[in-house]
Amino acid sequence: MLPVSLQTSFPKGMLMTQRVRITINGKLFESDVEPRLLLTDFIRGVAGLTGTHVGCETSICGACTILANGLAVKSCTMFAVQADGSDLVTIEGMAKDGQLHPLQQSFWEEHGLQCGYCTTGMIMCAHQLLARNATPTEAEIRDGLTGNLCRCTGYQNIVKAVQSASGKMRQTQNVAAGD
Amino acid sequence: MKYVGQAIKRKEDPRLVSGSSSFVDDLALPGMLHTAVARSIHAHARIKRIDISQAWKLAGVTAVVTGEEIAGKCGPIPVAGEIHGMKKPVMHLLAVGKVIYVGQPVAAVVASDKYIARDAADLIEIEYEPLPAVTNPEKAIEPGSPVIHEQFSDNIAYTFGFETGNTEEAFKNADVVVKERFVNQRLAPVSMETRGAVATVQAPDRELVIWSSTQIPHLLKTQLAVMVGVPEHRTRVITPEVGGGFGSKLNVYAEEGLVAYLALKTGKPVKWIEGRRENLACTIHGRDQINDVELALKKDGTILGMRAKVVADIGGYYQLLTAIIPQLTGLLAPGAYRVPTFKFDLVGAFTNKMATDAYRGAGRPEATYLIERIVDCAAQKLKMDPAEIRRKNFPQPSEFPFATSGGVVYDSANYEKALDKALQLADYAGLRKKQAEMRAQGKYMGIGLSSYVEICAMGPSVAMPAGGWESGSVRIEPTGKVTVLTGASPHGQGQETSFSQIVADEFGIGIDDVFVQHGDTARIPYGIGTFGSRATAVGGTAIYMAVQDLKAKLAGIAAHILQSSPDKIVFEDGKLIAGDADKSMTFGAAVTQAYIARNLPPGMEPGLDRTRFFEPSNFTFPFGTHVCVVEIDEETGEPKITKYVAVDDCGNVINPLLAEGQIHGGIVQGVAQALYEEVVYDENGQLLTGSLMDYALPRAHDLPMLELDRTVTPSPVNPMGVKGVGEAGTIGSTPAVVNAIVDALSPLGVTHIDMPVRPEKIWKILKGRKAS
Repeated sequence: MLPVSLQTSFPKGMLMTQRVRITINGKLFESDVEPRLLLTDFIRGVAGLTGTHVGCETSICGACTILANGLAVKSCTMFAVQADGSDLVTIEGMAKDGQLHPLQQSFWEEHGLQCGYCTTGMIMCAHQLLARNATPTEAEIRDGLTGNLCRCTGYQNIVKAVQSASGKMRQTQNVAAGD
Repeated sequence: MKYVGQAIKRKEDPRLVSGSSSFVDDLALPGMLHTAVARSIHAHARIKRIDISQAWKLAGVTAVVTGEEIAGKCGPIPVAGEIHGMKKPVMHLLAVGKVIYVGQPVAAVVASDKYIARDAADLIEIEYEPLPAVTNPEKAIEPGSPVIHEQFSDNIAYTFGFETGNTEEAFKNADVVVKERFVNQRLAPVSMETRGAVATVQAPDRELVIWSSTQIPHLLKTQLAVMVGVPEHRTRVITPEVGGGFGSKLNVYAEEGLVAYLALKTGKPVKWIEGRRENLACTIHGRDQINDVELALKKDGTILGMRAKVVADIGGYYQLLTAIIPQLTGLLAPGAYRVPTFKFDLVGAFTNKMATDAYRGAGRPEATYLIERIVDCAAQKLKMDPAEIRRKNFPQPSEFPFATSGGVVYDSANYEKALDKALQLADYAGLRKKQAEMRAQGKYMGIGLSSYVEICAMGPSVAMPAGGWESGSVRIEPTGKVTVLTGASPHGQGQETSFSQIVADEFGIGIDDVFVQHGDTARIPYGIGTFGSRATAVGGTAIYMAVQDLKAKLAGIAAHILQSSPDKIVFEDGKLIAGDADKSMTFGAAVTQAYIARNLPPGMEPGLDRTRFFEPSNFTFPFGTHVCVVEIDEETGEPKITKYVAVDDCGNVINPLLAEGQIHGGIVQGVAQALYEEVVYDENGQLLTGSLMDYALPRAHDLPMLELDRTVTPSPVNPMGVKGVGEAGTIGSTPAVVNAIVDALSPLGVTHIDMPVRPEKIWKILKGRKAS
């Protein structure tokens, strides 16, 4: 569950801010923010991580998808104060040791992106999809991605990319498990 | 050939999949201010009073501007597309005196952060006197309609028409005439990245630098320089990563002028990022035509003539190319057929809505929809197979170049080959058999064809409002690395990769030794931009030509040193090989010679840097056949696409991965026009589809896997034989889907159904059937 702490203790008339502590990709960011500051603006503006994009401001397009405490959420309709104490992962946290995450690698190989604007959110959503179901069918992938819009690819190569990543990630897990 | 024709994965992608690329909203300049725009809430109203005092009082606000200030200091919104005799209303960056559509910019504020800017914009009090609005284009041009631009007598923006041959005669001699009204509904382009711009005045030369999410950096630079009165050689436009355009960023918008003006006024960097609601209301829309079409035929299905009357909804004013988009519909209306006589009548209508302009396909999807639908109407009436009526009217490959009654000359094609391939791939005979079986069980299944042709590689300058050429520069650096500068401005199409493939192959070097740059007017020679499926066929050709010049020079150097002759030098595997002398030198060694310049052939200049401007002699005309299969859910009326086959011919292909990607995306956008999307204004001109909660974009689960194939008919218009592929999918797919739905419902006597074909429209038809 996401911690929700909206209590404020500022006298009337003063600019109301609240201290938040948010961990993003393993690094703690601490800042005094207005309660109305959107989480996307915290990630992009305060933490300077601009790989998370804003596409619609209404939770429809999913360009702003991140992981909050392991769950994919649309950060454009969350306030930063709602994420106080949370542990977030953004697209910038996906590659490890200079190696692209299998999802990033697969989007590249399968031409699962064109303009690239939706891609970062799409990858974060696909990450949750595969975490919940390591071997999804085509229909399950398509259903799992309905909360993320892409205007360029017609989704076909995105579906292929997720299929490919699913194979890669299973392989890695098998190797790790000594199979 | 090492790279061209191969599915090379994109050079662009590592930065995009890792989130390290920089879109315009990712820019953060020291001291940057933010602007927000106060917009009209009325479709048509006089502005009685604007009170900015409350906005000014807000801490953090540094400027508030209104139309009165701007009109005296900035030029109007530029209009490049003109039709002879058209009415030309002047549109200022901010409204002066009255507003003519919902969302029109009225005032702008500049503040220290975007939240404060938004608060301040909301504190601007604008008092309006509402006027009657008109949103229906046919009503708008009737006498007695409220007149939007009061300096004119009516809302007829322009009329345009032509007749090829004698259509009256053709219709008199016809055995059959079919007639239908087709509506190409208004659509919103909805690039996933909205528009946005940042402007700053840079020391020490007071250069005005504008970063904009645009498809046309150079044209934008010229227009902004003129608009805000800064000399063009001290104006620079940079396009950072651009998150899609689809034609909507092929424009010069009020807000781009505003940020430039506000940066000059405040002396600080100023950023404006469009919200999605603004994007749906205030970025150009597409389509919005009413097409009344008649087709005259002989009993055997031979087409004798066509008449098309088009009412095009301009919106309240013209953006850059608004007026000429519907003209393209006339050029392409005869489609892939011999239509010996054709009469085209077009009226542009001003309405109290956002301007229409180029949206993926721009005028050609409308044309393809009207011809592909009316041909199906004719087949239905003549009880002919839709494939056969098409086949009967195709011009044969030997007839190309083929002059059409639309007034253009098609470059090359084999329409029948693409049709046959698509029918085979789809198992058309098997589908018809299955359809008969399903019909016998009372089920609704339909098969739709679309044999489209389209106009690409825009285009010859004589046919374009602002130059149809493109620039390409190639510079070989002393270390042998190659820098390519293109005037095209890719925004997702992948030309950093495909252009590298072309250059690497020609020089016989590795693809990683080539770096393609675009979208910075200070670095790149003047260019036109990316739109109209032109980047590879026109921009790629300019680069190809520059490469040929440099190859000739390098061959001269190599021949001089190897004691061979330039025409014997072959570029291969990083070497320049003199076949006759059985000698070679590395590419790098030859390049070094060009810069050291101590042993050059007599009279040769040093250096390896060449810019070419390619002026195409004609458009190119890609084509293909799409087959769509739908099954209809009898309970809900939902049409489900169960199979989609597309055989496209875009000439030679540089990178099949990218070409297929363009077709996938294009098809889904075209399907979306057929099934989902529609910009809706109510009769008062209020936008009802103002967010993505109301405007239905296609989603991942809406489609099956598309089955693609190709035929290859090279274009004779450019040396690489390429045609262009950016819009083909969108143009071909829409009528295939509607034809399939009408085919499914034809046992009920249905001959047409308007787009978007949402389940409720079909459900009503099915319900009517049950009731009777």
